[in-house]
Amino acid sequence: MSRILWILAVLLSHWRRHPMQLATLLIGLISATALWSGVQALNQQARSSYDRAAAAFGGARTAVLVSRNGATFSQQLFVDLRRAGWPVSPVLEGRVQIEGRSFRLLGVDPVTLPSEVGNAPAIGRAGLQSFVTPPGEMLVSPETLSSLGVAEGTSPQANGSILPPLRVQAQLVPDLLVVDIGIAQQLLKMPGQVSRLLIGKTKGTRTPLENVAGDKLRLIEPDAETDLARLTDSFHLNLTAFGLLSFFVGLFIVNSAIGLAFEQRLPMLRTLRACGVSARLLNTVLLVELISLALVAGIVGLVCGYLIAAALLPDVAASLRGLYGAQIPGQLTLKPEWWAAGLVISVLGALAAATASLLKAVRLPLLAAAQPYAWQQAQHRWLILQSAVALAVFAAAAALLWYGDSLLSGFAVLAGLLLGAALGLPAVLELMLSLGQRRAHHALAIWFWADSRQQLSGLSLALMALLLALAVNVGVGTMVESFSRTFISWLDGRLAADVYINAADDAQAVDIKTWLRDRPEVDAILPGGRAETQIDGAPVEIFGLADHATYRDRWPLLQSADRAWIRLRAGDTGFISEQLARRMKLAVGDQIEVPAPGGNWTLEVVGIYADYGNPKGQIAVNFAALTRRFPGIPLTRMGLRVAPAAVPALISALQDKFALDSRNLVDQATLKAESTRIFNRTFAVTAALNAFTLGVAGVALLTSLLTLSNSRLPQLAPLWAIGITRRRLAAIELLKTLSVALITTLLALPLGLLVAWCLLAVVNVKAFGWRLPFHVFPLQLLELLGVAMAAALIAALLPVLRLARMQPAALVKIFANER
Amino acid sequence: MTIGHQIVLSVRNLTKAYRSAGEEIAVLRGVNLSITAGERVALTGESGSGKSTLLHLIAGLDQADSGEIRLDDTLISDLSDAGRAAMRRDRLGLVFQQFNLIPSLNVRDNLVFQSRIAGRHDAAWHAELVERLGLGDLLNRYPEQLSGGQQQRVAIGRSLAIKPLLLLADEPTGNLDEATADDVLALTRDLVTRTGCGFLMVTHSTRLAATLDRHINLSAGLVA
Repeated sequence: MSRILWILAVLLSHWRRHPMQLATLLIGLISATALWSGVQALNQQARSSYDRAAAAFGGARTAVLVSRNGATFSQQLFVDLRRAGWPVSPVLEGRVQIEGRSFRLLGVDPVTLPSEVGNAPAIGRAGLQSFVTPPGEMLVSPETLSSLGVAEGTSPQANGSILPPLRVQAQLVPDLLVVDIGIAQQLLKMPGQVSRLLIGKTKGTRTPLENVAGDKLRLIEPDAETDLARLTDSFHLNLTAFGLLSFFVGLFIVNSAIGLAFEQRLPMLRTLRACGVSARLLNTVLLVELISLALVAGIVGLVCGYLIAAALLPDVAASLRGLYGAQIPGQLTLKPEWWAAGLVISVLGALAAATASLLKAVRLPLLAAAQPYAWQQAQHRWLILQSAVALAVFAAAAALLWYGDSLLSGFAVLAGLLLGAALGLPAVLELMLSLGQRRAHHALAIWFWADSRQQLSGLSLALMALLLALAVNVGVGTMVESFSRTFISWLDGRLAADVYINAADDAQAVDIKTWLRDRPEVDAILPGGRAETQIDGAPVEIFGLADHATYRDRWPLLQSADRAWIRLRAGDTGFISEQLARRMKLAVGDQIEVPAPGGNWTLEVVGIYADYGNPKGQIAVNFAALTRRFPGIPLTRMGLRVAPAAVPALISALQDKFALDSRNLVDQATLKAESTRIFNRTFAVTAALNAFTLGVAGVALLTSLLTLSNSRLPQLAPLWAIGITRRRLAAIELLKTLSVALITTLLALPLGLLVAWCLLAVVNVKAFGWRLPFHVFPLQLLELLGVAMAAALIAALLPVLRLARMQPAALVKIFANER
Repeated sequence: MTIGHQIVLSVRNLTKAYRSAGEEIAVLRGVNLSITAGERVALTGESGSGKSTLLHLIAGLDQADSGEIRLDDTLISDLSDAGRAAMRRDRLGLVFQQFNLIPSLNVRDNLVFQSRIAGRHDAAWHAELVERLGLGDLLNRYPEQLSGGQQQRVAIGRSLAIKPLLLLADEPTGNLDEATADDVLALTRDLVTRTGCGFLMVTHSTRLAATLDRHINLSAGLVA
């Protein structure tokens, strides 16, 4: 044991003498672990919230029976099934409005509720009596209670009725109200009706479903993935892709640091072997050293990852709420698995980055003379091999682009593009530098190019990291800018009305309409409404459009049939959103079956419109037709056409008259500002991760240059000896770094545009269902070019300054120690 | 320490050949030699005569094609890589022309390194070595802060710290000026006498070779 410790101490002593190299290694590992685990923390937080939502009284995790057409059905079927041995429990679901806000109401039967269904035990034991006995209880989450601004035990009003007193249950998700099914039937005016039957796991003899319910009900098996999880998959995949990219960029630093340290320690390793340390023991201790460093860096990386996640969580939560309506608590809570996984990823990353060096150590020939920077000698062979792999990766990416048809294949195309470009970069740089060398005539210029080529092998990993970070920045920047432009012009057309109202209930809506008809500044009242249904197991919104010129003139359609707006009046046609059209492979002229309470509603598609930011498919139909087919929907929504100058006064009058607050009454400008704010927050996370990745690439360049700077002295000292001043040498060094950085950046720009095209035309279409037009923003590219060169300048400055200020004695020493 | 006629190294019919450009070049063609405890032997020869190869084979850094090398009672050619490593660690001292100190360890740690990993650290012997080698003021310095002569003294101290059976030195004074070389060799001779180990030194210098007990010349792969 003491032998191992002694060898370990010797190996570690290298780091004590080369603290910058140790810092490089640790920074690489810490950045990689921090960014990866930060993103994982965000994903885990969101997913656990989805699970919490799904677990609320039987979501997608419980097998259920529903009616064939998706509508409610008679409670008698529940009774019949129980008698036939089915462990079913009824649930009625609907929406109620409390003070103008819409809440999801769930009516459950606590007596038959299967024990494995989320939250059931809390009712089953203590509160059963008070829950079912009039006036009953309404279970809400602490967040809902606080957003209602009332105390526990209060009985708010909804749909003209007094609700049961509120009781807090911490496990519930926000915006969900849970009551006894009898109370729900009363509140939703659906006596004797249920939405679905939850099926418990109790084993026993059951009469076949068809014998009890005929063809009225169908069984939906439990799903491992919740609706919300499915909807938000693309968002989390995006985050994960970024985390992975940052992780790899971090590992580039680690690989560079470990490679250099290994080459510098070759003589030490040989001495250790000569002193009697066996190869097996030496390799074991090298591994122990690496794992120890990875664990230390992993712990620091996890703390940094936690801080990154905590900083980004508000933006992520706002994005998920804005885009998908998902409620994510603002407080980060992490499971022990996250900490363990972070350490594992740190160790695995370090091992992956050190593989080449460890293999060299295993094969270390005992008698070979010490050859610092041996990789330079093998550079040519490596370049050919790397270029061949790059071409193979490009070919695989092209094949995936052609044949792939999933989000994963879209990301694989992106990964292939980036990996291929990174692997091909050293060969391209070598080619350009050798061209420069061939054209040079002056002795110093020839040395400049030749030395740049020699330096390339030590810098290539950092330059690859820079290429990746820049390309992703260009790609994501172009995508966001394209999205931003398209989104804003789309929003202008989509928000057609000047004022939007959501009344507390139908009665108030009628009162408001009556009052508005007497207001001369109101040009038109545009009633609106929404219904929800499911097509092919996925949620779809049915959206009612009033038959009015406002929509005909301004509503943006991507494709449409002749006289589409006129044909919409008939009630048997509809416009569908782009994502629904792509998902169901529908085109103008096709027909779609929409499950409705009275039976399927067959609609002909007469138009396709963009619906950015909506994860659900949407169908726009004539408002009157919607109310006929979905008679139960609230008629509380309306839009107003008002002269812009009259909007503030009208809003003020509406607030005074009907006590409407900002949640129920909003003008177009505020709504646009809010939508834009949500949009910007959505990409704030992307921008932050983008900046982190670029920062890590900058650090990679800095650390590579710093670690290389010491080993560069033997190359520079002879030039100094023959009369080139230190200042001039420093300037040449700076110019060299900036040259290779410039070539890399110039290569990164077209690669980034290719990445942007791939994001817009492949990944976005698969992830969100919409395709955005591709624009190039030259100013943005110039800006990034400036940032990249500034990063290279900052990275190169420290080693260059050190060289410029170096004492002649240090340079003389090179000759004294020359072997 | 017994200084007598106990044979610590015995080499019999040792051969070694290398392949270069498709041609086999015989470096050692049946070398025989033996060294007794306390005996100090110089190995000379022209460049390419196989001196360093012979030393590397004895040290177990390389493997012979045929013949046998016996260190005390151990047949080196029978040992595995780990066995040869253990032999170097516990029973051999190695000194190279390039000093081969560990650059990240200071003099103190370099001196004790081999004896520590061999588990044979002897504090009194260590103190004596430091004093005899004149390293007392240099213990906290790093190799790069030492002159060539000082570095070689540390290397000798490190290899003798385990009181080896045999000290092997490959051109230990090759990088030193004449006066320093004489000093270093004188010190080595004294310490070898003090420990009673065998000493085999490869050198180009017939002047230095003459200061040892016996002089073996290697020519065309054979002991002349």
